[in-house]
Amino acid sequence: MSESFDILIVGIGGQGTILASNILGEACLLEGRHVKGAETHGMAQRGGSVESHIRINGLFGPLIPPGHADLLISFDLLEALRYSHYVKKGGKMVVNRQLVLPTSVFMQNLVVPSQEEIIAALKKHSLCLLDADKIAEEAGSPLSQNVVMLGAASLSIPLKPESLLEAVKSLVPKKTVEINANAFEMGRDFGRTC
Amino acid sequence: MGQKYLLGNEAIAHGCVESGVDFVSGYPGTPSSEVIDVLRVQPDRSYYIEWSVNEKVALENALAASWCGIRSLCTMKHVGLNVAADPLMTSAYTGITGGLVIMSADDPFAHSSQNEQDTRCYAHFARVPCLDPATLQEAHDMISEAFALSEELGLPVIFRPTTRICHSKGDVDIGEKVTSSRKGEFHKDPRQYVVIPAHTRILHKKLNEKQSAIRKRLVERGFNTYTILGKTAIIASGIGATYVQELLPEGISFMKIGAYPIDEEWLGDFVKKHEKVLVIEELAPEVEEAVRQVAGGVPIFGKKNGYAPYEGELSPTAVAAIMDKAGFLNKKLEIPEDPVPNLPPRPPILCAGCLHRGTFYAIKKVFRDAIYPSDIGCYTLGLQLGVVDTTICMGASITVASGIYHAGDPRDIICTIGDSTFLHTGIQGLINAVYNGANITVVILDNRITAMTGHQPNPNTGVTACGVESPPVSLDALCRACGVSFVESIDPYDITGMITVLQEAKKRKGVKVIIAKQMCVITARRAGVKRGKYMVSTDICTGCQTCVRFGCPAIEFTDEKARINELCSGCAVCVQLCPVGAIVREGKK
Repeated sequence: MSESFDILIVGIGGQGTILASNILGEACLLEGRHVKGAETHGMAQRGGSVESHIRINGLFGPLIPPGHADLLISFDLLEALRYSHYVKKGGKMVVNRQLVLPTSVFMQNLVVPSQEEIIAALKKHSLCLLDADKIAEEAGSPLSQNVVMLGAASLSIPLKPESLLEAVKSLVPKKTVEINANAFEMGRDFGRTC
Repeated sequence: MGQKYLLGNEAIAHGCVESGVDFVSGYPGTPSSEVIDVLRVQPDRSYYIEWSVNEKVALENALAASWCGIRSLCTMKHVGLNVAADPLMTSAYTGITGGLVIMSADDPFAHSSQNEQDTRCYAHFARVPCLDPATLQEAHDMISEAFALSEELGLPVIFRPTTRICHSKGDVDIGEKVTSSRKGEFHKDPRQYVVIPAHTRILHKKLNEKQSAIRKRLVERGFNTYTILGKTAIIASGIGATYVQELLPEGISFMKIGAYPIDEEWLGDFVKKHEKVLVIEELAPEVEEAVRQVAGGVPIFGKKNGYAPYEGELSPTAVAAIMDKAGFLNKKLEIPEDPVPNLPPRPPILCAGCLHRGTFYAIKKVFRDAIYPSDIGCYTLGLQLGVVDTTICMGASITVASGIYHAGDPRDIICTIGDSTFLHTGIQGLINAVYNGANITVVILDNRITAMTGHQPNPNTGVTACGVESPPVSLDALCRACGVSFVESIDPYDITGMITVLQEAKKRKGVKVIIAKQMCVITARRAGVKRGKYMVSTDICTGCQTCVRFGCPAIEFTDEKARINELCSGCAVCVQLCPVGAIVREGKK
């Protein structure tokens, strides 16, 4: 396998995983690094489980093999657990403390693990758990959750924070640059406490 | 011009702009759609561009443009090429003048498709060249090569990326945009363009005579390459080649196939220098069959002897397993942990406030023990609601409905089809059903857009691909013109109205059409439509779960009560379903 730094971003279609992966890609370009990635498009996006693969310094294919991700960023607890086998030994997880129950749970009366059970299961990896929605609201908009998540994860990512911040500013809507810059810094501050 | 971080389809679109493309047509289909979606919004566009009504129409338009001497691109997904197969097969006979590139994107693992067919087989069948990129950079660079090759050989060239090319991202070196000054002009030449038997026999012979030159040219242009490093070899194509390169141990020879047809002599020379050869490719054994034909006594490992699967997509893990099984990997595979078992799945689902959910609810209410043929679109997700019994291909809802009726099944038959799918290949089925006296109900799910593939406009939307206003098709008048006398339009958010119309249709004989018309909830949100949100009054809610069974992702059930979450878009259909009136507008009690 190549010596890339592999990040898997997972969540639910519509939560902004693609923007988060675009920010990482743009930051790689700012640092003159190669980058490869893959993501979910089309119907699968409609409220389904989605994944974005990012391979910093990647030279070959876009897919991260299970057991090889250096970092998993998850926007939802259940999705973190679903993809936890992608994280390599000694890898990190940055996870939003939010559990959106799939509609299938209500329609088919399925058993879903509780927040506590999920968190206990995730703890076998190095886990940074945060309330991204609260931090995003403090930063100025609940829509900046994805940037909060990136900020918190940025301490584990081999890219300069300045490059990430510049990529954030160039990719978010113009009116929200300040909010998202705040969101990134606040997420990063939280990341330091993990 | 420099490096950019691009989606595969953006890189492909950029390749087209750098090639000075003059004419672009296509029909949306995952994973191909973003190529036209990128090209149609370029500000300083010098080319003509359209979303066509289907792939056959798109290809015939592009073919004609290329006959007029200009560079044409036609895009579709793999199954779209089935629809366009008729013009494709004979376009190889007539040939082209301006370069014609047909992009047909394959979808191994059927991420967003009804099958896993392989476009390379069509290229083989039609006897035209096919380019198969392994990386984003190749996908970008191959476009200008494809146009040049098409013009040099006088043939359409098929460009076949897969999902993991179209929807992957990476750093891509791009070049300058080229503005073409070509003007199309048709030169009459009946021996070329009128394929009566006397002409077509000669054209067929000419096509066959070109084949050996095509093979040689593809090797010369460097699409197919190899390095000899040992006594064993791996031959791989498309993105599979990239996965192999990531894993390739030292001392193993490697051949990369990026274009078809493969030159047999060149291939045979390579294969015969080795003691055993492994072939790795996605989908059909297109490369493997060519290798086996020239192998002589050299043992070949691949799909045909069970070392590699025919179905699904490749990945680094899958390729490592194939290499291990065939004895091409010198270190043992690390087996990662299994996924956590028994987690509730999170499949894609109709959006909160989707018009289709109300329609499906009403259909199920009125047509309880009916048969429900359906079609291709977001509404195929109606499967989860128990109102989709069949889906085969675009337009095959009305036809399957009439077929089941004429087969003699006595149950009611009610089929569903989206507006874009109806205009794609549904109309003929409706004419046929009326003409032949079927007794069925057709519900056109009219959200005025091609939603599933990314909200592309269609003739029902009122704008073209470039945003220019165009007269929207009247579905009502169209259905009446097909001979349907019962045609009713209704807002599916009005459940009572919907039920009444369905009951009326159920009573009548013949073909009945109901047009369930409401904006796609995503388009509506983007257009700034705000309907307000709803909530459950917990004092009134009895926990009967009628609303939960409606299957809306905005409705949850906790502590024996329903709850509406922030996904609510205010369609208010659940308000009409609640038997005790517990769902109320937020802020009003």
